[in-house]
Amino acid sequence: MNTLAAYQTSTGEATQFWVLAVFAVAGALGTVMLKRAVHSALCLAGTMVILAMFYLANGAYFLGVVQIVVYTGAVMMLFLFVLMLVGITAADSLKETIKGQRILAAVCGIGFGVLLMAGIANAKITEFTGLTAANKPGNVRGLAELVFTKYIFAFEITGALLITAAVAGMVLTHRERTERPLTQREQAEARVKDGTQVTPLPAPGVYARHNAVDIAGLLPDGSPSELTVNKTLRSRGQIRDVSEQAMGELAALEQRTADYQGQKRTANKPPQEKKKEVEAK
Amino acid sequence: MESLIGLLVAVPLLGAALLLCGGRRLDGIGHVLGTVLSFASFGIGLALFADMLGKDPEQRGLHTTVLSWIPVEGFQADVGFQLDQLSMTFVLLITGVGSLIHMYSMGYMEHDERRRRFFGFLNLFLAAMLLLVIADNYLLLYVGWEGVGLASYLLIGFWQHKPSAATAAKKAFIVNRVGDVGLSVAIMLMFTTFGSFAFGPVLGAAGETSEGKLTAIGLMLLLAACGKSAQVPLQSWLGDAMEGPTPVSALIHAATMVTAGVYLIVRSGAIFNGAPDAQTAVVVVGAVTLLFGAIVGCAKDDIKKSLAGSTMSQIGYMVLAAGLGPIGYVFAIMHLVTHGFFKAGLFLGAGSVMHGMNDEVDMRKYGALRKHMPVTFWTFGLGYLAIIGMFPLSGFFSKDGIIEAAFAKGGTQGLILGAVTLLGAAITAFYMTRMMLMTFFGEKRWQPDAEGNEPHPHESPKSMTVPMILLAFGSVFAGGFFAVGDRFLKWLEPVTSHEHGDPAYGAGVISGAALACMAIGVVGAWLMYGRRTVPVVAPRGSLLTRAARRDLLQDDFNHVVLVKPGEYLTRGLVFLDHSVVDGVVNTTAATVGGLSSRARRMQNGFARSYAVSMFGGAAVLIAATLLMRAV
Amino acid sequence: MNPVNYLYLAALLFTIGASGVLIRRNAIIVFMCVELMLNACNLALVTFSRLHGNLDGQVIAFFVMVVAAAEVVVGLAIIVALYRSRHSASVDDASLMKL
Repeated sequence: MNTLAAYQTSTGEATQFWVLAVFAVAGALGTVMLKRAVHSALCLAGTMVILAMFYLANGAYFLGVVQIVVYTGAVMMLFLFVLMLVGITAADSLKETIKGQRILAAVCGIGFGVLLMAGIANAKITEFTGLTAANKPGNVRGLAELVFTKYIFAFEITGALLITAAVAGMVLTHRERTERPLTQREQAEARVKDGTQVTPLPAPGVYARHNAVDIAGLLPDGSPSELTVNKTLRSRGQIRDVSEQAMGELAALEQRTADYQGQKRTANKPPQEKKKEVEAK
Repeated sequence: MESLIGLLVAVPLLGAALLLCGGRRLDGIGHVLGTVLSFASFGIGLALFADMLGKDPEQRGLHTTVLSWIPVEGFQADVGFQLDQLSMTFVLLITGVGSLIHMYSMGYMEHDERRRRFFGFLNLFLAAMLLLVIADNYLLLYVGWEGVGLASYLLIGFWQHKPSAATAAKKAFIVNRVGDVGLSVAIMLMFTTFGSFAFGPVLGAAGETSEGKLTAIGLMLLLAACGKSAQVPLQSWLGDAMEGPTPVSALIHAATMVTAGVYLIVRSGAIFNGAPDAQTAVVVVGAVTLLFGAIVGCAKDDIKKSLAGSTMSQIGYMVLAAGLGPIGYVFAIMHLVTHGFFKAGLFLGAGSVMHGMNDEVDMRKYGALRKHMPVTFWTFGLGYLAIIGMFPLSGFFSKDGIIEAAFAKGGTQGLILGAVTLLGAAITAFYMTRMMLMTFFGEKRWQPDAEGNEPHPHESPKSMTVPMILLAFGSVFAGGFFAVGDRFLKWLEPVTSHEHGDPAYGAGVISGAALACMAIGVVGAWLMYGRRTVPVVAPRGSLLTRAARRDLLQDDFNHVVLVKPGEYLTRGLVFLDHSVVDGVVNTTAATVGGLSSRARRMQNGFARSYAVSMFGGAAVLIAATLLMRAV
Repeated sequence: MNPVNYLYLAALLFTIGASGVLIRRNAIIVFMCVELMLNACNLALVTFSRLHGNLDGQVIAFFVMVVAAAEVVVGLAIIVALYRSRHSASVDDASLMKL
């Protein structure tokens, strides 16, 4: 065991570092760049596991285990829980909304990274002590000796912080109902009084031809009504628009009818142009 | 007796306080109270005079310090009174003529509902004027100087419902202010030069002071005298001041206040004696005003304005005499006193005529009044004879003294001044004869007034005629009384000192020339206004006549030379203020505002933007740390 | 190999995490990026511990983990509360602190 903490890193450790470092960076980049929050969380978990291995390689056995148990096991699961609670939102989009933010972030990030690495390079470390001596009585025991003697005050304060954080979490998320819940009658009356949407929302689907929930119902002028589609699908942008097709078929039917009756009539305008006209009005 | 001096001022001041603060309950007796207090002041003056006569001529001056006004280290201002022969002369003139005019006003202002206030102002004037002449230092004199200015302003604008009166009051006040600045500068110069402004130290040390400083002080004093005494170039207010009630014109703007400038010059004689240049300036001002006022007096049809021109001219005589130095001081004061009698009498006569003619002032609408107003005619006529210098009335003696003194100046200067005074005498005779003829002789030219009332000339009540008669006595006998045996000269000599001038021509020659000039003027006026009928509407007249009717363009001159540049300066300053001062301020504000509204955009509320700046800051910190280590 | 390479890796991970904080709008992903930065710091601390041959670095890394746990509790609670009130987990939507 003691060979891992030596004056010179072994070739095995070097190999392990170069291989795992690539994955760690890839995981970090994935965390930042992947669109879906769940994917990001999984990438981060991967990076953390790799970091745990680096801890072990650096002789921090206790921390390595804690990293896996606490971070990957507990904290990341908590993240996933909240992710499921919040659901997928428009905020997942990678499109930047603040002007210049991305450029500034890139400039600052590159500048910061370059400077930080320049600082490290400036240190000129050629040899290192290693933890062989320090870990002699055992890594956990060594840490415990420090935590309960030299850092006892910080340790107690941290305990108080944890308690406070637990209480804070409860206070922030707990919602006490201070009033009686509305009855169905009261809700109906409120809806009539409000007057915006008295009836239930219209159902999706077109002409009984398409009755899937992601297809918007068509208004009398042939334009799709977004109200008919479920809110979650709407926010994901998963609405399938069939109005073009439906209107085209309707126009074709009318044309055929006209041909059959020998009359000449103008074709219906496509629904998009109509919409524009309405907006113009 | 010293304690009585303060009473001289205190009595009319008490009257003013009572009448102005007493409210309506004094309406009924206000005029009587004011007149009685004025006479009381006159009585005190007479008592002091009697006391003074009983003393040796060199010991007659009284001096008393009432209280220490501003007792500061190195700056001692006291309320002190000094009553010498010069002051005494003024005290008697002011309280005497003032009391008569108070009496006259009881009749003249009988129907004015603000009569009580009028008497309050008159008493205030008396107090201020007495303070002016008995002050023992220039600072206290300045208080009186400003006090008479205030009273003059209040009385000119007494009929404030007339816009012309209100404007005239403002004009008088503002023009006087120019002169007052001169007096205050003179006092400051005195303090820096002599370390004091009491008469004793200042006039005593004047002999040992450099001529330049004395000239500066003298010129400033002359400016003050010009303002108060309506001398060129600050003469423009006097004509308009006739908007005030006629008793005011008689008392303030003929007999007393306007002579304050002469008093100031004579009182400061020691300063002028040491500054020949300043004296020359005084003489020039006097000579110019003498002719200026006389020419204006010839052209005016308004009886009071014509008399105002005459006043200006006569004060010009006094100023000229005062500028001649020790040979002229006595004659200046003597003419001042006789002028106080006959000019007050003339103004009261004019007031009496107006009283009988529905307040008409245009002489062209008078005529043939001698039968309807006999007392007024005779008193006015005696005043007329006095002012033109008819032997042996007062004006002859006093004016003759000045003419002699002018010739006695010697050299070309003396010749020119003598010629000017003789010319002035001729013009005086001309315009006064014109006034006499247009008012009391010829045929009736009466016109109904604005409301269509035909005038019914009648003699004025006793309260008005008695003062006129008394003043006429003064006009007739004062000059002779003063001149015979050089009484007045001996009386004043201890104060003003006197050098007997030695005229190039005999006294008889000069007197004859003066009488001849007078005769020319009288005959000229008779030829123009006595033989011919006087048109009711003024003819167009020559260029000089038209200019003289406009006061020889004095207002136009002031407008072009002072008002217009002032307006342009103001406009320029306003423009400067708006464009440059406001421009700088507004531009600064706009710049800050613009920068702020741009800087505000950084505060867009997005946590991520703030995070960028934090991150950038961290990068900068690292860079700084690295740099420090590298260094 | 020199263990300094661990430090380079830590710096790289930290920078990537920080850029993520600046770029992403989903509050949960932002939070995960913060965790990534904390982990990068921990790696650096552990490496320092090894370089210096004592365990103080590891103890500090341990404290960082504890504080991070507390932070996760509070942070996620805030996100949940925010989502409840605004129906959004976007950090840009909570932008009322402006003029």
